[in-house]
Amino acid sequence: MSNRDKALQLDSFWVRNRKSGGLLLRQEARKRFVALLRFLMLFGLCFLILQPVLDKISVSFMMEKDLYDTTIIVVPRNLTTENYTLAAYLLNLNTSLLNTTVISLVTALLQIIACTLAGYGFARFEFPLKRFWFACVVLVIVIPPQTISSSLYLHFRYFDVLGIFTRLTGGPINLKGSPLPYLMLSATAMGLKNGLYIFMIRQYFKSIPYSLEEAAYVDGASTLGTFLKVLLPQAVPILVSCFLFAFVWQWTDVFYTRLFLPTANTQYLSIRLSGMAESLRTYVSTRRGITTPPVGYIMQMISTGVLVVVGPLLVLYLVAQRWFIESISATGLKD
Amino acid sequence: MKTGRTSRRTIRQRRAISGYLFILPFLIGFLAFMVRPMIQSIIMSFQSVSLSAQTGITKTWVGLANYVYAFTIDPEFNQMLVDEVIRMVTHSLATMVLAFMIALLLNQQFKGRALARAIFFLPVILSSGVLVGIETDNSLIIGMKELITQSNTMNFGNALFGLLSASGVGTPALEVVNDLITAVYDIVMASGIQIVVFLSGLQTIPRSMYEAAEMEGSSAWESFWMVTFPIISPLLIVNMIYTIIDFFMKTDNLIMEKIHEEMFINLKYGFSSALSWIYFAVAIAMIGISSLIIRKGVRHYE
Repeated sequence: MSNRDKALQLDSFWVRNRKSGGLLLRQEARKRFVALLRFLMLFGLCFLILQPVLDKISVSFMMEKDLYDTTIIVVPRNLTTENYTLAAYLLNLNTSLLNTTVISLVTALLQIIACTLAGYGFARFEFPLKRFWFACVVLVIVIPPQTISSSLYLHFRYFDVLGIFTRLTGGPINLKGSPLPYLMLSATAMGLKNGLYIFMIRQYFKSIPYSLEEAAYVDGASTLGTFLKVLLPQAVPILVSCFLFAFVWQWTDVFYTRLFLPTANTQYLSIRLSGMAESLRTYVSTRRGITTPPVGYIMQMISTGVLVVVGPLLVLYLVAQRWFIESISATGLKD
Repeated sequence: MKTGRTSRRTIRQRRAISGYLFILPFLIGFLAFMVRPMIQSIIMSFQSVSLSAQTGITKTWVGLANYVYAFTIDPEFNQMLVDEVIRMVTHSLATMVLAFMIALLLNQQFKGRALARAIFFLPVILSSGVLVGIETDNSLIIGMKELITQSNTMNFGNALFGLLSASGVGTPALEVVNDLITAVYDIVMASGIQIVVFLSGLQTIPRSMYEAAEMEGSSAWESFWMVTFPIISPLLIVNMIYTIIDFFMKTDNLIMEKIHEEMFINLKYGFSSALSWIYFAVAIAMIGISSLIIRKGVRHYE
């Protein structure tokens, strides 16, 4: 491949190349070669990332019989949207979409408020034990929530989360509880990956020149007033992106959702998706009288389900891609 | 003079109080929802905890028994831990190298750069929460997936593996390489954030530095090691720590699964707490060791 490319260059640049004593050829060939290599590498790696998604899209539009037809690889012969209807039914889409949206929005908002306050506090104020408390933030980042989940779990089970066993052993969902514990966790910056957000927001605030606040203080503004009116508008990019991260990660989270949120009366997309194979099994056994659906069919329905769950996130990412990426760029700079 | 000094001190005190007020939500959360369960969990790891409908929770002190059990009696834990640590080391090194390489590629000027960057960042969204391992969760599917990977995807890797081992390259090193080739997907999926962090670092390097290096007669290779690398090296620590944490916290690794299983299925709360603390200690040790090594390397360039 690369040799052929070089040979092509040889023909078209031969005359001019001789005049420049071979320099032009070498430069041009090298440029083309690097570009080609770069394209191949990037294309391959991008394809690696996109391929599962594209594959899921193609499978999700196939009818079940297409799965067993070896002549069909990518393009479905019998186009159908029936999978999406079934996936929506199995996911209990209307309720779970609403619940997931509400809980993701509310918790993301609470988490970002708490994290912004903490991030600003750590970035701009000097107070006793500051280093110690900041070490605690790092500890929160480093400790996997699973480490303390057993005691949190017992704790919440003792109080109000009785009946989680039936949920986890796959039996009927019959769980009493309230979203209050999780809202409390979110409002106190203890939710999913919140240590990371505090860290990111702190870094961002540190990059804003202090003279801005100084000017406000000289003009007689209060601490809170300065924070709200001068600093917050400056920090909008990082706040939006942290909010987006919180929203997206909450959307797909199973760990906290399963541990703290009431899954009895309310359904969540992530939980429904993780139980998709089970619910498909019961659905198929009641409707078609087969005890277990074929593996390929389960795969197909899971793919469809994943697409349904991820769909809104992909749209969000397409629209707000800049916010996701640029804030990371802004915070990664300073250590 | 004196009045000025006292007023400055009060300002400082007032600012300290405001500082505490700003971090108050975090403090409350940390003390109530982190410290308490942490201490409980540590205590529980020295206990045997049993649940019953009549008596509720009963805890009996067993000392180090849970830890001893984990290391000496439990048939799989030792092996799992060693496997995970080895995988962690190879994968995070591979992640760093790959992320750095991709960042270097993306730092060049070409068409479709923004698109490529967006695609590389996509896994941050696509490999979170339930989406991790949803297809491997189902026991029926696992068998099927193994079949597929055996018959299809591994062909190139296997062929290469066979070729190289036939030509006499050492087997243990080869196994690591083979493992990495088959894990390329996982590695790419885990490097979204690292790529963007490296890229942002690369973009802060002014062109003039490269021009100066070129004037001094350094080749591209030399200016990579003399200009690019030293400027980027502080980011190595950030990224390495992030990678390790990310790796350890993934819910689909073996130990996480074992902890989950012991807790929720076998209901051995004490034992699973002990396991998670061992795991946490290993994670901290790995972070410490790697940042020490990198820091030494970085100082070399300063």
